[in-house]
Amino acid sequence: MVGPEAGNPAAAPMESAVKLGVRDLQISYGRETILDDVSFDIHEHEIFGIIGPANAGKTSFLKAVNRMDMFNPEMTVGGSITFNNVAVDKIRNVYGLRRRIGVVFPLPVGLPLSIYDNVALAPRLGGQKNRAELDIIVERCLTRAALWDEVKDRLNSLGSMLSGGQQQRLTIARALSQDPELLMLDEFSIAVDPVTTMRIEDVLKELRSEVTIILVTNLVQQARRLADRTAFFLEGGCVEVGLTEDLFTGEVKDQRTRDYVEGRFG
Amino acid sequence: MFEASALNRKNETRQKLFRFGLGTMTGILILPVVLIMGTLIYKGAPVISFEFLFASPTNGMTAGGIFPALLGTVLLVIVALLASVPLGVAAAIYLSEYAPDNWFTRAINLAIINLAGVPSIVHALFGVGAFVIFFKFGTSILAASLTLAIMTLPVVIVATRESLQAVPMAFREACWNMGATRWQTIRRVVLPNAITGILTGVILEVSRTAGETAPIMFTGAAFFLPLLPQTVFDQTMALSLHLFVVSTQVPGMPEQLPFGVALVLISMVLLMNSLSIALRMYLRGKKKW
Repeated sequence: MVGPEAGNPAAAPMESAVKLGVRDLQISYGRETILDDVSFDIHEHEIFGIIGPANAGKTSFLKAVNRMDMFNPEMTVGGSITFNNVAVDKIRNVYGLRRRIGVVFPLPVGLPLSIYDNVALAPRLGGQKNRAELDIIVERCLTRAALWDEVKDRLNSLGSMLSGGQQQRLTIARALSQDPELLMLDEFSIAVDPVTTMRIEDVLKELRSEVTIILVTNLVQQARRLADRTAFFLEGGCVEVGLTEDLFTGEVKDQRTRDYVEGRFG
Repeated sequence: MFEASALNRKNETRQKLFRFGLGTMTGILILPVVLIMGTLIYKGAPVISFEFLFASPTNGMTAGGIFPALLGTVLLVIVALLASVPLGVAAAIYLSEYAPDNWFTRAINLAIINLAGVPSIVHALFGVGAFVIFFKFGTSILAASLTLAIMTLPVVIVATRESLQAVPMAFREACWNMGATRWQTIRRVVLPNAITGILTGVILEVSRTAGETAPIMFTGAAFFLPLLPQTVFDQTMALSLHLFVVSTQVPGMPEQLPFGVALVLISMVLLMNSLSIALRMYLRGKKKW
């Protein structure tokens, strides 16, 4: 599994159960710093919203969490991110880390495999070969992603030929097939119709009891509907983090947050 | 309000002139193809027969068939493919999927481009020096095929790399995010979707290889052999060299025989090209995203 559980147990009592700890995070591409001085904790089983306009560094933050900087030589990450109290940049088995983190992209990515193979891919990468086990995983994940009823009769047709909304639910099913501890969604509703968006949002509410969810969204109201706590990113910094209700109903520390959530800019 | 001004009319005339001129130029392109094929079929078709394809030459090559040459070309192509495809595809995968963008990678890319530009006679001399003499393969099918392989390597590499890069980056990222290693990603997502383009490149390479003369002349192809080759260390006859021989080297050659040989050679190449185009069209219809 993921490295040795080497974190300092004293620093994180079981009560608070910090899933993801971010300290002084700085992300740059080449010489350009696009995210600086970000610190917050994300707790187990919460939906953590991240809102903010384009180029605020939201997506880069997600990339830093599951070490996608490895694939981009331009990208450098400073400060620290801990996952289960282990610093992600100290984890030697990054593949094990990524297997515990499910990611959903803004544009649905239906891999050009059958629907079945799309969902079975992650378990297979993890070494699962037993067909019966895979059948169970595929059905469970497609059901949880609210797609099973629509595709159960054509699991062998191409995933990339589904409609955009279906593909996005397929992507979510695929992310769930990893049995992730953390699910990161990056503006998942951009290419999805409102009805499908609502169905996915219901799915996320149900998942809250099992996984921790980071929800990056440019829809302020979506964060309000779903997130327990929300961070507001602006121009490469984290302006504030707070209970979602506080951001919307008054208790903001920074006037810019108020302006953004009320739609006065951004 | 809508009357044409003098300037409008001038532009219109000019546009017609250029359209006609460019169209004519394009039309002229098919002329050589039609003439070559026409002549070959008109003069060569009468000599084509079962015996011509499947018998050995007799009477100092002025009669009989071309079977040893036909077989030799097929052998040369197959051995060349066995060498160049694994090497070329492996190199292309490395360059496209693994290599960081640094001076070393750029140097390799430059080398590939230059390799593609080296004249085939220079490849032939390289083949003599490297495979015939240094590796002591002698003039043999192996030496000739390896020479052909080196020569066609750039085609395989470039075709493979392009079809790898046509696979959307999002597929790779989705896979990496699931905890797949680079190799797992290549194996499960990238290669299955690039294989069609790779195949097309390989088939095109075959057709090029089949027609080459210079690289095999000094390295393994013989003017005339009484026996068929038994191992890859034997020399062989080849269609392209045979065509050269019967056209220029043998007195008293019946006029139509060289045309027959040329027709067989070009049919082979065209067959391969058509196959490649058909494959590409078929697979494009099945495009998965």
